[in-house]
Amino acid sequence: MNTLFDKIWDAHVVQNVEDGPTQLYIDRLYAHEVTSPQAFEGLRQRGIQCFRPERIVCMPDHNTPTHDQDKPIEDAVGRNQVETLAQNAAEFGLTHYGMMNQRNGIIHVVGPERGLSLPGMTIVCGDSHTSTHGAMGAVAFGIGTSEVEMVMASQCILQQKPQSMRINVEGTLGVGVTAKDLALYLMSRITTSGATGYFIEYAGSAIRQLSMEGRLTLCNLSIEMGARGGFIAPDEVTFEYLKGREFAPKGEEWDKAVAYWRTLFSGEDAVFDKELTFSAEEVEPMVTYGTNPGMGMGITQQIPSLETVDIAGHTSYLKSLEYMGFKPGQQLLGTHVDYVFLGACTNGRIEDFRAFAQLVKGRRKADHVTAWLVPGSWLVLSQIKEEGLDKVLEASGFELRQPGCSACLAMNDDKIPAGKLSVSTSNRNFEGRQGPGARTVLASPLVAAAAAVTGVITDPRTLLVG
Amino acid sequence: MKQKFDIIQSTCVPLPLENVDTDQIIPARFLKATTRDERFFGENLFRDWRYDAEGNPRPDFVLNNPTYSGQILVAGKNFGSGSSREHAAWAIAGYGFRVVISSFFADIHKNNELNNFVLPVVVSEEFLSELFVSIQTNPKTEVKVDVPNQTVTNLSTGHSEHFDINGYKKYCLMNALDDIDFLLENQSKIEAFESRR
Ligand code: SF4
Repeated sequence: MNTLFDKIWDAHVVQNVEDGPTQLYIDRLYAHEVTSPQAFEGLRQRGIQCFRPERIVCMPDHNTPTHDQDKPIEDAVGRNQVETLAQNAAEFGLTHYGMMNQRNGIIHVVGPERGLSLPGMTIVCGDSHTSTHGAMGAVAFGIGTSEVEMVMASQCILQQKPQSMRINVEGTLGVGVTAKDLALYLMSRITTSGATGYFIEYAGSAIRQLSMEGRLTLCNLSIEMGARGGFIAPDEVTFEYLKGREFAPKGEEWDKAVAYWRTLFSGEDAVFDKELTFSAEEVEPMVTYGTNPGMGMGITQQIPSLETVDIAGHTSYLKSLEYMGFKPGQQLLGTHVDYVFLGACTNGRIEDFRAFAQLVKGRRKADHVTAWLVPGSWLVLSQIKEEGLDKVLEASGFELRQPGCSACLAMNDDKIPAGKLSVSTSNRNFEGRQGPGARTVLASPLVAAAAAVTGVITDPRTLLVG
Repeated sequence: MKQKFDIIQSTCVPLPLENVDTDQIIPARFLKATTRDERFFGENLFRDWRYDAEGNPRPDFVLNNPTYSGQILVAGKNFGSGSSREHAAWAIAGYGFRVVISSFFADIHKNNELNNFVLPVVVSEEFLSELFVSIQTNPKTEVKVDVPNQTVTNLSTGHSEHFDINGYKKYCLMNALDDIDFLLENQSKIEAFESRR
């Protein structure tokens, strides 16, 4: 007990239902166009309003095209979904940042960067990557549409309290190794179901050294280990990041808030249901070779042989490699790459674009590679321009697109064609995730950049100078 | 849909794969609907495993194999991982499954099933592998899921196991009540919480 999770959870308990779940109060609900229409429909059928409309923020991101956003969306069905969100937000009196609004972008990028997601909050969204907001020191988790309706109707959710897990990462990540690699490494060790039923607190010196962007990337991927969510106790890095953000508290309110946030940490005597420790020095740049994010390895390694896989999993393992067109024991270095995707709520932030630009600077995009560079929000795009990164990228033959989920999930125009190999900074390599038949290798922005300029899977460390 | 649960006895559809993610249960391109038309989602359950790119049924996929049918889906470990899309639960319900048996479910998906009156039944690895064998040897193998007593029985072998479900959810399932009904009755508690924080 006395974990940070307990502190935040306990402060939000409305009641514990007898022999049942906890009724938990929710500070912030985000809604996007895909998982909300049926929730609004449910409210209408019940003839009720949103209970606390001021706590709800809506924005479309999944269907938005990454070009010509000032024009109507060509795909009529996608357009209908985006318009339905705008209409619903208006009908129920909710804040809505539509396409072309400078506050629009992927919800999990916008929430933190606008100061809408704050330490100590409970945050939910009908989206599994809501775990991202945990980086701010919040209890944030993804929910289904019925649960979205529940929160709209009552600002509460019924949840079973998850178990607690602490993952300590000690030491310092090597040159060319990013938060994304750390996350892929943890997943490869813990597996995609290893943290199911748990809420993870990330701790240790390597975590403290991560920037806010790095923390957001790491927490984003908590769900890929099966965890309900993952978070990091707020510290100076968090406060520094939040100060002056649009919706963060100001003046006296700020001082009060920071004073409270400083109390948000797990006590010395905190007891976790499970505790794991890893060393940062062990982590290499990572790539995935299969069709779930836990199937990852160091970029210089070989795909595990069949004998190392649990016998019950053989069928799934072989099916997965067959889909990818890879063989057990194979090395991926030098593998031909068709597409490179930089973006998504995992790696669509300013730091990711800095890393990508740093590596491609003075080099040229490989001719046969199609590269999609998609900032996570309009704010990220304007930062890119302010810092002149757009010029660097352009000089190397890259183009920036407009913000949105893009090729992360093939709901908009950005789909990877069947059979093509994509090195992607997104978070899921499931069969067909980036388009029917698309083959996805998950990696960091640096690995993506190295693939983009060499046209094959390449260890970025061999291209980084100094 | 809201249906009261009591005892369900049925043949099963086996899907002996691990880590079946929600992108496979219902691919993203079917998420554009703005209504909760379960029939539509049910028709597209496991779409890309079930049909080829031209829309022809793939004969090797179990849902296209008339040997297997029933209200119970039996799946490998870690069923429903990945995306939170409730559409996956709607597709399972829309297809006509009322129970999913596995040795392990992903969290969000499990809640989504429960919220749509599909019962996720967690069994031991041994029970699950035995059940797969029973179904393979005899596709007419029936399973009995007794919600009041929280037991699941493989009627081919007679082996039975207890399964967990909290008292509140059990009450909801047996009486076809959902969480929102419950929360709306509790408004004053929520207001009291808001004023004391
Ligand atoms: S970027 Fe990808 S993972 Fe993130 S919210 Fe969009 S679709 Fe989901």
